Amino acid sequence: MPVNEPIIIADRLTKRFGDFTAVDNISFEVYPGEIFGFLGANGAGKTTAMKMLCGLSRPSAGKAVIVGHDAAADSEGVKRSIGYMSQRFTLYSSLTVGENLELFGSVYGMTAEEFARRRDLLCGELGLDGKLGAMAGSLPPGWRQKLAFAAATIHNPRVLFLDEPTGGVDPVGRRGFWELICKAASEGMTVFVTTHYLDEAEYCDRVSIMVDGKIEALDTPASLKSSLGVSTMDEVFRRVAASASRADN
Amino acid sequence: MNIRILKALLKKELLLMRRNPFIPKMILAMPVMVMLLLPLVANLDVSKVNVAVVDNDKGMLSRRMVADIDAAGELSVIGVSESFGYGMMLVEKGEADVLLTIPEGFERGILVGDTPKLDLRANGVNATKGMLGSQYAGSSAAATISRYLKGMGMAAETTGPSVVNLFNPTLDFRYFMIPALMVVLIIIICGFLPTLNLVSEKESGTIEAMNVTPVGKFAFVLSKLIPFWAVGLLVVSVGMLVGWLVYGLAPTGSVGLIYLAAVLFALAMSGLGVTIANKSATMLQSIFVMFACIMVFQLMSGLFTPIDSMPEWARVVTYAIPPRYFNEIMRAVYLKGAGSADLAFDFAALGGFAILFCLTAAATYRKQS
Repeated sequence: MPVNEPIIIADRLTKRFGDFTAVDNISFEVYPGEIFGFLGANGAGKTTAMKMLCGLSRPSAGKAVIVGHDAAADSEGVKRSIGYMSQRFTLYSSLTVGENLELFGSVYGMTAEEFARRRDLLCGELGLDGKLGAMAGSLPPGWRQKLAFAAATIHNPRVLFLDEPTGGVDPVGRRGFWELICKAASEGMTVFVTTHYLDEAEYCDRVSIMVDGKIEALDTPASLKSSLGVSTMDEVFRRVAASASRADN
Repeated sequence: MNIRILKALLKKELLLMRRNPFIPKMILAMPVMVMLLLPLVANLDVSKVNVAVVDNDKGMLSRRMVADIDAAGELSVIGVSESFGYGMMLVEKGEADVLLTIPEGFERGILVGDTPKLDLRANGVNATKGMLGSQYAGSSAAATISRYLKGMGMAAETTGPSVVNLFNPTLDFRYFMIPALMVVLIIIICGFLPTLNLVSEKESGTIEAMNVTPVGKFAFVLSKLIPFWAVGLLVVSVGMLVGWLVYGLAPTGSVGLIYLAAVLFALAMSGLGVTIANKSATMLQSIFVMFACIMVFQLMSGLFTPIDSMPEWARVVTYAIPPRYFNEIMRAVYLKGAGSADLAFDFAALGGFAILFCLTAAATYRKQS
């Protein structure tokens, strides 16, 4: 485990909507270059927690610091340092692959040369080179996922937030995508990823499991399995999430 | 605000607008259709008033009166009888708009210097037609009587006041409609198209993808509004051109004032539209709010019915409706040739609304929930 300063700090982070506490007093730290898995059933509060970390949602209490920027007070500072890929692979469907990438490149203030270099590199790795002129909306989900990944990492962010990045993608595509995540992390990018697929949790350096807005378990996959005396992450999840009271939709 | 980001966003908007199969056509087709078709169709001109006559006098004067009424361009006699019941039946069936009854002994009464009374009844179902029709018929009859008396070598009595219509001499309803239609076009193009555009980004989730980047909210909203402002001013230009080429109506006053008012009004409507978008989660929600606004704007700003004929409380309310001022400026500049000094109040009010709504839009747009 890396021993340097944490790059993401969540300190008693809480989000309430009226009487409902979506995220209840969670604290954790993530270190540079880590792949941090954020697990939980539907409705456990994963997406809400992630939105607070990205500066999209203001915490009701507690604080989050990402790459040295307070997510509430300096959300624009956070936004300059991160990449975010939503579970809906949100892209402009009437823009081509190249135009989508260019838009995100310009938005992060990249120069034309920087952008072209990074685009060619990413598209080479992702196999998108032949598709720069294709409309984003006409791509099958697997390719849209790759494009969304490219758009979120075009500016080479320090931290990458992935919200259920493999939803609706076939097993081969999922495996290929995790190879991309591992490669990005090996190059120093910190990856914070939510997922439903427990086999994917095995790829993570550390995993947290959220139940009803709280973090009920946080450790490496191996330690979690051995402490509960089970052999798969699937069983770990079943044990930890057994107490969940929020309806799973 | 970062100009490079704004440029990138504008490029995106223009690409999306061009590739949208519907919007560019709508932007072109709507103003042309509205300007070409509506002034012809949406018409309150009273052009063909049907008159039924109950002639109980059956003299030379009454026959002349009937012939003169029938000869008048906007009047047409559809039936002459001696039976009041028959005349009323024509009114009740909706065939006659006005019923003129000439009493027995009318001509004799006139000749001996009495003032016998003609009886005019208007069909109030179509209030404007009935009212104007009975006026037309009344003045036509009065003219006939006066000519008849002169022919007899007698002094004609005055035939009531003569009316001259200022600024729109023929009371052509199109002249009333054309400036109003441009007001409606700006409401839709600069106010409500950007609203739909913003809410559609909410629905597709792309607004979140933008909110999680360093894109500033001003740059993002401006990138939405600038193209529609350009289209709005283009539409005003096309509207003025069509008004001039097709209807022969050119502004009597300064074209510059019209553009200045159009810019202020476009700003006000955009501010309102963005505020609605900020507060709406779905397209349906925003459309309903917009409909409510459009209804009030159209019916209470004096576009189609004069503010002067509203009750006192409603007249007070119209001061809170921005199209009221733009409409007033458009008509005053177009028809009366009013200058900036005459319209200072309207311009100040319009500018005030532009600032107010733009500030509200900025205050309600949140990158963070």
